[in-house]
Amino acid sequence: MLSIRDLSVGVDGKTILRHLNLEVRAGEVHAVMGPNGSGKSTLAQALAGHPAYTVTGGEVTYLGKDLLAMPPEERAREGVFLAFQYPIEIAGVSNAAFLKAAINEMRAARGLEELDAMEVLELLEQKLALVDMDKSFLSRPVNEGFSGGEKKRNEILQMAVLEPKLAILDETDSGLDIDALRIVAQGVNRLRRPDNAIILVTHYQRILNYVEPDHVHVLFDGRIVKSAGKELALELERQGYDWIKDQAAA
Amino acid sequence: MTTALAGTDRYLAEFEDLERRNAAGTPAWLSELRRAAMADFAERGFPTTRDEDWRYTNLAPLAATPFHTVRSVPPDPVSAERVRRASIGSAAWPRLVFVDGRYAPEHSSGPALPDGARLSSLAAAVIDDDELVARHLARHARWDADVFAALSTAFVQDGAFLYVPAEVVISAPIELVFLTTRPGVLAQPRILVVAGPHSRFTVVERHVGLGDAACFVNAVTEIAVAPGASVDHYVQQEQGASTFHLATIHADLERDSAFATCEATFGARLARTTSTVRFGGEGGRASLAGLYVTSGRQHVDHHVTVDHAVPRCTSRQLFKGVLDGSARAVFDGRVIVRPDAQKTDAAQTNKHLLLSDGVEVDSKPRLEIFADDVKCTHGAAEGQLAPEAIFYLKSKGIDELAARRLLTLGFVREVIDRVTVESIRSYLDRALEARLGPERGSKETA
Repeated sequence: MLSIRDLSVGVDGKTILRHLNLEVRAGEVHAVMGPNGSGKSTLAQALAGHPAYTVTGGEVTYLGKDLLAMPPEERAREGVFLAFQYPIEIAGVSNAAFLKAAINEMRAARGLEELDAMEVLELLEQKLALVDMDKSFLSRPVNEGFSGGEKKRNEILQMAVLEPKLAILDETDSGLDIDALRIVAQGVNRLRRPDNAIILVTHYQRILNYVEPDHVHVLFDGRIVKSAGKELALELERQGYDWIKDQAAA
Repeated sequence: MTTALAGTDRYLAEFEDLERRNAAGTPAWLSELRRAAMADFAERGFPTTRDEDWRYTNLAPLAATPFHTVRSVPPDPVSAERVRRASIGSAAWPRLVFVDGRYAPEHSSGPALPDGARLSSLAAAVIDDDELVARHLARHARWDADVFAALSTAFVQDGAFLYVPAEVVISAPIELVFLTTRPGVLAQPRILVVAGPHSRFTVVERHVGLGDAACFVNAVTEIAVAPGASVDHYVQQEQGASTFHLATIHADLERDSAFATCEATFGARLARTTSTVRFGGEGGRASLAGLYVTSGRQHVDHHVTVDHAVPRCTSRQLFKGVLDGSARAVFDGRVIVRPDAQKTDAAQTNKHLLLSDGVEVDSKPRLEIFADDVKCTHGAAEGQLAPEAIFYLKSKGIDELAARRLLTLGFVREVIDRVTVESIRSYLDRALEARLGPERGSKETA
């Protein structure tokens, strides 16, 4: 589904990702772990097409297409979803208005008829239950005045509504209490289907207690330095990242 | 056909003509008032950018254009369909329609007001020698201090008169539709609203141009709010692209009364609103809000004065402007807290969203505080759409144009949220949509 080959990315003239390689097949969940500053968020933002991140080398193929050639909105319409580590607050735009716009853009891109306000509301009300949010969430401005946990749940709500093929979650588990973590994990597990793939970018192992990954990768200094099964996450939990750093330095 | 003269002379000649024709039917107090106002206008003439209040708004093109008063150029007939499109209320709203400042009874409609309430053409009220009109007309908007109030008062003849007696509550908004039709016309909508003690109602002013012809609209609204009364006032301006629209709004608030005005400015090449709220009794509450969406070479100027002359009054100002093209916005927000006005609570916010590099903003708060136990805040900000917010929306599938549109609507939402009448909210949504592009389809034209 996603094939990252030799990807190098810089921001403000500084190289962050160096010749990174990653293969993600449909049906798989990949956990990308690593210490702070290793390039995890850069990978997530670059895949979503953030203009501040400049691709300086390599290629990314998504469902047979050149992902890097697409503008961010087209990537989204092709089924790529990024759950932001720091969701942006948007004053004056209700969650409902935002989601209605996003839903209808997606539907138009897929050749489906647009939903009217009532149909959107019905759809949203179904999905709200999944993230344990009440209706008042819809009338509030996007992320404005939301707690950290609410912002993350809002990302999961968007994911549930937009039904992406490839979901990239950028530290969605950070700063969540155990209840919110369960809700986020549930949202991810619901998306887990043979034709979908998920990349969980995380600093901690604990979300992996709820979402079992097929592959765990350790990102360090802009490269994937180790890949293994789910047991690698437990090892990182026990030993921290220092041994990886030592190994990489050796 | 009158010959166009330069500057104020032209209007003086028309005034003399009007005096001759109307000598018989005009009450003495009104003749006196008109003459005094005309003398004042003739003496002072059009303001120039040397006047502090007009420093950023150049009226030279207005003074140089030969406009004619409505009397010398009779209005064209207007179809019922155009009136219907220009109004925003339902059939349940009482409605007066004016064409180029003149009352058009054939287009006016709506249910009767409760007993004792009066909604009529100002001319009719003058002929009936209405005591309330004599007591209030031109007693609130200071024609001796504002040259456009003077020009309006000199020619005052027709307009809307609304009186709501004590304790009367009218739930349906009262809609006053002012259509501008004739090129070269000077239309002077005049509105007098008298709210009796503890009355409560809503007035909506619609100023709509039916073409792109150059017109000069000089609107004056006076609102007298008696103790305990509550008046909601809305103004929407959609003049044609070559029109000069000048508006003066003056509200006098007595004890424990409330006044909320919310203005939306979309049209005109030059639009200036001079709003004044004066607290004359303790416990008054005033909210002044405005949104303006401008593009091309439009010039929008708001001069707001809130005069806290007495203690324990609250005022809120919220003005937000969206500027595109090479538009220019001026905001001058003056809050006066007089020595006795302790426990004043005044806040002012003025924000601009700049959508292009060619726009210009002059925003000036003026706090003149002469009391010590008061709370006064003000804030002004100018900014562009946040790139992070645009990327956030794009990353969820929304394209650039639609993202910009959503964020721009979000910027003015705070003002729309002050609107308590559903039909006005939906009108504003539609009007903004028309200017910022529809929800979808903006993409197809991209």
